[in-house]
Amino acid sequence: MHPLLTRRSYLGAYLAVWVPLACLLVFLIKVSGGIGILEATVVVVPMAVLFAAACLSAWYTCRATPLRSSGITRVFGTHLVAAFILSFLWAQIGRLFAHALSTSPSFLGLGARYDAHFAILIVSGVLLYLVNVGFFYVLIALEASRAAEARVLETSVLARDAELKALKAQVNPHFLFNSLNSISALTSSDPAKAREMCILLAEFLRMTLGLGEKASIPLSEELSLVHRFLAIEKVRFGSRLQMTEEVSEECKTMLIPPLLLQPLVENAVIHGIANLPEGGSVRLAAACQSGRLSIVVENTFDAEATPGHRNGMGLANVRQRLEARYPKLASMRVAPNATLFQVNLSLPAEPREEQS
Amino acid sequence: MSTASEKKIDALIVDDEELARQVLRELLQTHPEIQIVAECVNGFEAVKAVVAHKPALMFLDVQMPKLSGFDVLELIEEDVAVIFVTAYDQYAMKAFEVHAVDYLLKPIGRERFEAALERAKKRIGEKMPPVQELVTAARPPQQYMERLVVRDGTRVTLIPAAKLDYVEAQDDYVALATQGAKHLKQQTIASVEAGLDPARFVRIHRSYIVNFERVVRIEPYGKDSRLAILADGTRLPVSRTGYARLKALLDDRV
Repeated sequence: MHPLLTRRSYLGAYLAVWVPLACLLVFLIKVSGGIGILEATVVVVPMAVLFAAACLSAWYTCRATPLRSSGITRVFGTHLVAAFILSFLWAQIGRLFAHALSTSPSFLGLGARYDAHFAILIVSGVLLYLVNVGFFYVLIALEASRAAEARVLETSVLARDAELKALKAQVNPHFLFNSLNSISALTSSDPAKAREMCILLAEFLRMTLGLGEKASIPLSEELSLVHRFLAIEKVRFGSRLQMTEEVSEECKTMLIPPLLLQPLVENAVIHGIANLPEGGSVRLAAACQSGRLSIVVENTFDAEATPGHRNGMGLANVRQRLEARYPKLASMRVAPNATLFQVNLSLPAEPREEQS
Repeated sequence: MSTASEKKIDALIVDDEELARQVLRELLQTHPEIQIVAECVNGFEAVKAVVAHKPALMFLDVQMPKLSGFDVLELIEEDVAVIFVTAYDQYAMKAFEVHAVDYLLKPIGRERFEAALERAKKRIGEKMPPVQELVTAARPPQQYMERLVVRDGTRVTLIPAAKLDYVEAQDDYVALATQGAKHLKQQTIASVEAGLDPARFVRIHRSYIVNFERVVRIEPYGKDSRLAILADGTRLPVSRTGYARLKALLDDRV
């Protein structure tokens, strides 16, 4: 859509600018002699209106030849050719108009006198057109910078949003309440175990809060957070929760965004194990191969017991964070079947830099 | 069962976590008038225990595998005073809508527990409205049942909505037909209808709701009435308004 045609006020302003231009044109014709001021006005005013409309088309040629990406010859060539063609046509139409007018007794011989100004009209037409071209390039630049600003704002809002959600997802309040309930049960029956659990919970919370501030951490650190989480849940679920882990030493030094796996493991427990009366197991595996780090979080689950609940906040959050961190370089695949729920992550392997 | 001097209150503890059950057990130790008749680790056991022991009071966890606390309430016909015990506060509204005595949040404090127990004692023996209807009514609007729970004696069956063929009204009961079997449930057909997704289930008759996907054809049957033939050959009567509803759903789908 042409920007000047989007609002009536824009078009009004554009046409208002053409009023002094038309006056200038009348003056030019008058001083170059042979044509009276009245005759000049009668001929030039409708022509100015016509040209004002015709010059709007310069917007499209400007858009088609962006300053940044087109060569200088192409920019000048395009606009000069367009200016000449349009001005010539315009002067020709004016000429037909002047000749038509000269049939009336009050404008006798106007046609012939107009012809004497033909060259001046073409030159001024070309100049006016080029002024328009310049104006439209400024408009395009303004529009582009506004769009860029909006884009920057949008991405920063998105990033902030993802960060906030990540922070919120860090500690599930129900996890806390359930753990506190377990502790309160243990205080009388097994005080040593209660103390152990307090310490596990404190370590888990401290690590969660600390890790959130870092940009990336070695997989080993994330794993020790996950271990604490599972140790706490193990107190709650007892033998219902089983755990296996296959992570090579090499993988443990790879860097990942903090709290990437914890929500996945939490999901595995809450939506998987917690829904199985007989319990189940969570498997965590990581492998590095040809510059990629693949991580699998897998749990037994009952597809019928948890309809719709699985693709919740946690998974969406991990996906978003991966996309923000490794645009187009990371992937997350969720593959549930009847008894196993598997989440596969694949991201660029970033070895930890040796500290000097 | 009861001596003249004191009558004990039979109570049931239902929670899938051993430690959570232990807390309740301990809190009840100072109350000799309460007798724990059974502890259940899931909803299935809870349903059995209610039938077997007919307790007056039940401490019921909400979040349990497969059968939630609310599912358990839907399945039992006995008059039990229920105290919900959960770490989740978002079910409180729903709990009171099903006339729970109280709603305790974990971890449970002694004072709060005593208050709940007092309330429960006052409530025991009072006649409650049938809870099945309340549970259905307490379901959030625009959220349809993904599965139905039925009980046959002490056996609990879960029927995913997609596997339900049709529902037939039978006096005070409804028969849920799924994969050749029929399960009876004490509920009105109207409340079943309210819980089912209207884009998948149609009330084709005063006494029938059909799973739209099971219908293979409609045949005329006498004046003003028709028969719906299901994939397994079952023939169900279709009333005139039922036929209009079927047609409306069909038009929506095309």
